[in-house]
Amino acid sequence: MSEHELLPLAVLATSLLPGLVIFFLPEGAVRVRSVLNLAGATVKLVLVAVMLWGVSRGENYAVSYPLLPGLTFSLRADSLALLFVTLSAQLWFLTTIYAIGYLESSPNRARFFGFFSLCVTATVGVAMAGNLITFLLFYELLTLSTYPLVVHRETAAARAAGNRYLAYTIGGGAALLLGTAWLYAETGTLTFTPRGFVDGSGASSPVLAAIFFLLVAGVGVKAALVPLHGWLPRAMVAPAPVSALLHAVAVVKAGAFGIIRIVYDVFGVEYAAELGVTDALAAVAAVTIIYGSLRALAQDDLKRRLAFSTVSQVSYIALGVAIVGPLASIGGIVHLVHQGLMKITLFFCAGNYAETLGLHKVSELDGVGRRMPLTTAAFTVAALGMIGLPPMAGFISKWYLGLGAIEAGATWAVFVLAGSSALNAAYFLPILHRAWFRAPTAAWAPVPAGVRAETALALLLPPVITALLVLLAGVLASVQYSPQEWATLVVRREFYAP
Amino acid sequence: MSASSLLPLLVLWPLAGGLLGLLLPRGAGPLLLGVSTGNLALAVALVDALAGAGKVAHSVGGWSTPLGIALRADGLSAVLILVAGAVAPLLALYASAAYAGRELRYFAGLFLLFLGALNGLFIAGDLFNLYVTLELLGLSAVALAALGGGAAALAASLRYLLATITGSLAYLLGVALLYRATGTLDLLQLSGQGPALPGGAVAFALMVAGLLLKAAVFPLHFWLPPAHANASPPVSAALSALAVKAPLYLLLRLWLSTYDGAWPLVAELLAAIGAAGVLWCSLQAVLQRRAKLLVAYSTVAQLGYLLLALALVPAAGAAAYGAFTLLLVSHVLAKAGLFLAVGNLARRAGHDRLDGFERVVQHLPLSASAIALAGVSLMGMPPSGGFNGKWLLLQAAIATGDWWLVAVILVGGLLAAVYIFKLIEHTFGGSDRPDATALPRRMEWAALTLAASAVGVGFLGQPLLRLLGGVP
Amino acid sequence: MTGQACYAVLGALLFCLSFHALIIAVHPLRRLLAVNVMGSSVFLVFIAGAGPRDPLPQALVITGIVVAVAATALGLNLLLRLAGPAEDDRPSAGQDGS
Repeated sequence: MSEHELLPLAVLATSLLPGLVIFFLPEGAVRVRSVLNLAGATVKLVLVAVMLWGVSRGENYAVSYPLLPGLTFSLRADSLALLFVTLSAQLWFLTTIYAIGYLESSPNRARFFGFFSLCVTATVGVAMAGNLITFLLFYELLTLSTYPLVVHRETAAARAAGNRYLAYTIGGGAALLLGTAWLYAETGTLTFTPRGFVDGSGASSPVLAAIFFLLVAGVGVKAALVPLHGWLPRAMVAPAPVSALLHAVAVVKAGAFGIIRIVYDVFGVEYAAELGVTDALAAVAAVTIIYGSLRALAQDDLKRRLAFSTVSQVSYIALGVAIVGPLASIGGIVHLVHQGLMKITLFFCAGNYAETLGLHKVSELDGVGRRMPLTTAAFTVAALGMIGLPPMAGFISKWYLGLGAIEAGATWAVFVLAGSSALNAAYFLPILHRAWFRAPTAAWAPVPAGVRAETALALLLPPVITALLVLLAGVLASVQYSPQEWATLVVRREFYAP
Repeated sequence: MSASSLLPLLVLWPLAGGLLGLLLPRGAGPLLLGVSTGNLALAVALVDALAGAGKVAHSVGGWSTPLGIALRADGLSAVLILVAGAVAPLLALYASAAYAGRELRYFAGLFLLFLGALNGLFIAGDLFNLYVTLELLGLSAVALAALGGGAAALAASLRYLLATITGSLAYLLGVALLYRATGTLDLLQLSGQGPALPGGAVAFALMVAGLLLKAAVFPLHFWLPPAHANASPPVSAALSALAVKAPLYLLLRLWLSTYDGAWPLVAELLAAIGAAGVLWCSLQAVLQRRAKLLVAYSTVAQLGYLLLALALVPAAGAAAYGAFTLLLVSHVLAKAGLFLAVGNLARRAGHDRLDGFERVVQHLPLSASAIALAGVSLMGMPPSGGFNGKWLLLQAAIATGDWWLVAVILVGGLLAAVYIFKLIEHTFGGSDRPDATALPRRMEWAALTLAASAVGVGFLGQPLLRLLGGVP
Repeated sequence: MTGQACYAVLGALLFCLSFHALIIAVHPLRRLLAVNVMGSSVFLVFIAGAGPRDPLPQALVITGIVVAVAATALGLNLLLRLAGPAEDDRPSAGQDGS
């Protein structure tokens, strides 16, 4: 087996193996567990860096294994896969540090970290899936491995949220399975191909359109497209690292990534536009963007407000995909990374407020900026990025999306973007105002013994680092290997006929 | 050893072990483990022999048919003998920890007889020996089910006994009619003759009805849930995983070979009762409040999938035949693992009510994982044997244009997810009971190994289909 | 009607009768008896189908009778244990009788 086949497997193994080992470690083996986790995350980062370097020079990393006649398990690290893998690997590393600090001395940590690692394995698998069946495999694995994280607290509310989560995601999985089986019966192949493989397969247009909607409904559940978004705000009962992981990296991104794959590598964006299905997708995305923002306005619970914000923001990706044109595509794809960085920062910060001061509601945040300046600064950077202010990362996404909309003649989309930005400002700026400019209403909870900074370092560093990344991704957007440059590479190489 | 002499050995070895187990005053545990492991070795040798030849035959004692006994094995026989052989040592391992003394002795003897009958059935070459092995299988299964000894188990076993004898006799009456018409019982000589014979249709109806009753296919499943749910875990596992598959295997042979897949109405009827079974019994499983009953209803539902696959074989060919086999294999592994795991939870909790499984996931993590892994295969999620079977079944249904079957398959999968997660959900939360007794580790490992192989077999789809060969 | 056909029809009738009895009977002993009669009816049909010098059905029916005896014995044992006083909930009670 050559290194080109080994590397994709090794990237999976760096989270799969620690996860499996952790299940069998005793609950008290904190040190071994942390070392395993961090070692796995570090090795994964190194391997991903090697692949990034290779792929930018035109190398191919792929491996496959036959499952059934005509059906293969296939991993392939193309440039789009690497975009998502890199994001996952980085954020997994930071979230692991955060989770070790966050869950200190809480029960069932072996179980938590085991499933946490499985979750990342599934995400990386979703990213590197070389065909639809492998995608489906990891997509379902993601469903199964996040369920124990959602119900982690084992309260009645957690179990209810878990059931809701399953009802949505397993239903979505069934739609995806049906679409996949039907597509295979019609075309005889499932391999992701640049610019799609269904055109010229001989299947009729209505059948292909039906398959498209089945597939997109399947992945749309995880991407929280309205009306399939109901599980997401409920799932907020999970611990903060899970919310961060679910919302920024694993679940919603797997859904959005699925939309990208289906539109570009199954149907081909130009053929999808010919079928007329991209218009429907654009409409759903636009509705989701506005609806999510409106609902976010009304939430007082900080995590729920962030959850509805996610519903809205993830659909930027779908919107960028559905507006047919290279610039919009760049905007949508780069938002996959940017939204991940910004949203994970926000959830880290929300977790810090909850864990350090017991604050869960927006209305309790008066003056928190003085007590926790670094956390609040990180929150501010990410929130401003979400609104789309330069030089934050979010500005780059919105800029490309807007340019793309104009280029494609979809002026209405510019109004959606503008409206959404105004709404973003309306639900984020009051939080910033409260945090920085209002006086605290009551005395803060005392600083825990032995902590010298505003909160434990393991909790403080991850949001500060991701906030810096948000800034860097915006400021250095045109440097090689920046998300924006890489997204441009993806779009040039794979999506549109040269 | 020549390939063909493997065949009688596959029957004699476990049968001899079973008789020895009933007679010997002690040493049942090692005997059980040793004989079932030896049986696995024989099964592997058979697979190896078939990989080259495709088919193996043997006439016992050199007597040719009709008076002699012909044994034949093809790809399907080999796959089934292999999977039964793989499950047996793990059940033996579990039983050697779960039972002691006389109970272990009886289990060892009866289970090995059961295994011998099963092997014999998979390689029997004529309709009468199929009857004998079917009866031996049924009787040893009833005796096993009664092993627990409680009033509920005894009553359920008696019901099981009556059902299984009635089924066998209906089958035998059909065989008698076939013999009247042809003067032979040899499967090879009868091949393809069934539909044209005088009384052939009546014989077929009698045989099929008897076999469906024995397989507990909806709506003839009334006897199964109480019998399987009241037996002790290794027995439930053996019955649910293996016993009910034998009549379906026989049904496949009869219909596809003797009757050459005749009469479209038969396919439609099989598909209809299969679909009804999938939907109704999955729903019943969802509604159960006792874990073992839930699992037992799941068995009846999964048998429905096998009927669906069987019904599609004449129209869809290899895809449906592969679906039947892969679904069967993965259900054997998953259901055996699931029954053992649920047995572990019930043993720890002292009962099998779902709402009383308190925080089991903390105390029996391996059993909880076994439930999850077996569940993955039963739900048909990738990667698992269950998924491979479901995929082929979907392809077969789409190819024949049976979209209503596609819907049934998907809805059945969703209902399976509901009952599996009902089981899993109850292992989280609730109040703690740290005082509960610990279980021997091998009882947990046996369950986990079986469940994990149901998932692992998802990566063996190609070799299994190659061994299976084409539709006979 | 030849004698053979006569036996065959008789066998079929007996089969239907015993099946009817099996369905409507409540007491397990009656049902066990019904199953026994059903077995005999099948053997009758088998013998009726054989030529005068055909040894095979005889061999088969003898085997069948042995199986039926074993099944009946098992059924009676279950019945006895089920009816046995105060043995209901003891896991290994009553096995001395087997």
